[in-house]
Amino acid sequence: MEKEKMIHELKVFAAEIRLETLKIIASLGSGHVGGSMSIADALAVLYGAVMNVDPNDPLKKDRDWCVLSKGHAGPAMYATLGLKGYYPIEEAYTLNRFGSSFPSHTDHLMTKGIDLTTGSLGQGISEAVGAALGNRMQGIDSHVFVIIGDGEADEGQVWEAAQFAAHYKLDHLICLVDANGRQLDGSVDEVMSHGKGIGAKFDAFGWKVIDVRDGNDVGQIYDAITEAYQITGQPVVLILNTVKGKGAYFAEETGEHSSKPSAEVMSEAIRRLEADLENIRKEVR
Amino acid sequence: MNYTLIGKHEKDARDCRDGYANAMLKIMSENDRVLHIDCDLAGCVNATKIKKAYPDRFINAGIAEANAMSMSCGLAATGMIPFMHTFGVFAGRRMFDQAFLSAGYSNWPVHVVGTDPGVTAAINGATHMPFEDGGLYRIVPNAVVLDPCDYAQAYSLTEKLVDCKSLSYMRLIRRGFKTVYADGSDFEIGKGVVLKEGNDATVIASGIMIDNALKAYELLETEDIHVRVIDMFTWKPLDEQLVLKAAEETGAIVSAENHFVGSGLGSAIANLLAERKPTVQEYIGIHNRYGQVGAQEELEKEYGLTAEDIAAAVRKAIERKKM
Repeated sequence: MEKEKMIHELKVFAAEIRLETLKIIASLGSGHVGGSMSIADALAVLYGAVMNVDPNDPLKKDRDWCVLSKGHAGPAMYATLGLKGYYPIEEAYTLNRFGSSFPSHTDHLMTKGIDLTTGSLGQGISEAVGAALGNRMQGIDSHVFVIIGDGEADEGQVWEAAQFAAHYKLDHLICLVDANGRQLDGSVDEVMSHGKGIGAKFDAFGWKVIDVRDGNDVGQIYDAITEAYQITGQPVVLILNTVKGKGAYFAEETGEHSSKPSAEVMSEAIRRLEADLENIRKEVR
Repeated sequence: MNYTLIGKHEKDARDCRDGYANAMLKIMSENDRVLHIDCDLAGCVNATKIKKAYPDRFINAGIAEANAMSMSCGLAATGMIPFMHTFGVFAGRRMFDQAFLSAGYSNWPVHVVGTDPGVTAAINGATHMPFEDGGLYRIVPNAVVLDPCDYAQAYSLTEKLVDCKSLSYMRLIRRGFKTVYADGSDFEIGKGVVLKEGNDATVIASGIMIDNALKAYELLETEDIHVRVIDMFTWKPLDEQLVLKAAEETGAIVSAENHFVGSGLGSAIANLLAERKPTVQEYIGIHNRYGQVGAQEELEKEYGLTAEDIAAAVRKAIERKKM
């Protein structure tokens, strides 16, 4: 029963993140809707149930870290941190405006709660690997989560980082692959396929691979992280099979990387997300 | 700053790289957050002794520089103080985006050490001969760029980097250098050193060019030409006051670097002087060329880096200032 209640709360949190993510992007009119919406559920689980973090002490030494290596999904991170209480969510409605603390790609010098700066794909996973190693060297028993995209995994640096993490047995590093199957120019299979599969690649690099059948299901993500916590001696990767644009109907239909819908379409999408949130809240616990 | 000049043009019995490695042994004994990261070139910078003394703070990242750079930034974010080594060619070109964004833009103090600057790469040839590494780091806002000349200076600057709060890049000679300073000499990042006084012109040099500049000074003294010689081992932040004073008092500058003149020390000086005090300047260094194999001495001749080349540039600069 306790777990059911928690899962329900995570569903609500994910729906809130979706709604706020779209409102943040709507404040500007355009942005990376696709890759932001696909990771809302993962962020809900991380910040809602798993991570040891304190919005009032964002740099505390024993915190868990989360590095958004696919930094363009910043709006989803800003929504999550705002809802979590790092800052009033309205501050994030300044997204990408001159002088804003909420830039297109996540930046630890700009935004409270961001652990490491990302944006040039592939660098975030290496940074996360370094953070996991640094914590271990200092005897800090915390976890480092890193979210990468399946398109991002085209970058050679991702695999340099993967081999390093396995070599140094960084079992407190957990990588979440947002496997939404899409990248900017089309499907991952069309643009740059992953051979025997991205999970198989990580497996070959010495990682424990956990396939999350529905990467937009908070319960499945939670269970996968619980399993990951039990693994010792190797880093763990969760392959989240997600839907790009999940919940933003205009982006979900096309799987597009960035969107600039008309004001009417944006309003309609927000209205639908508000309705989704209400429905989830009403669900029988 | 407290140094003793030797400058007798004698080959040092030690390796310059030991200036780094031995200083690391010292600072790692004093500060348990300092660590060395290598890219399968630990043997080339004598870091094997670091590995032996501090196996837990020696990390080999393998032949994967991009990851090593960004990974070092993650280490720095947890409070560690990473010194990361690879050859200068890779430290510059191969991981530049990582140095620029993961470290520079993100403001993490990672200390990059690039060995075999310029012609000191010698028989490793063009692919391993960086004429552009210092210039690349010069264009990273707030980065510190160092070009030490010998064992004692490399030792002192390595010690000083522990307290440097931004990305730094040090061009480290392995072998092929002459003793300029006595052991125990102490230097300050951002402060140049006046090695010889003179008012006819000023030679501003760094790295292996210091010894050549001192030889040029001796040559010119026999012709009754008195040049000031400055060791500008910090390319960035440049010691602007010292450069402006030299321009004011001597009216002619010869920059001398083991690097591409279009982006290195000579450029840094010219950028300053063009804005603040336009001054005659001659550039000794690499002019729009790639490297090649050869002995260091042969290469110094080929690229016009010798004491004779510097002396000729001084004569020319003095002629030009009379015009």
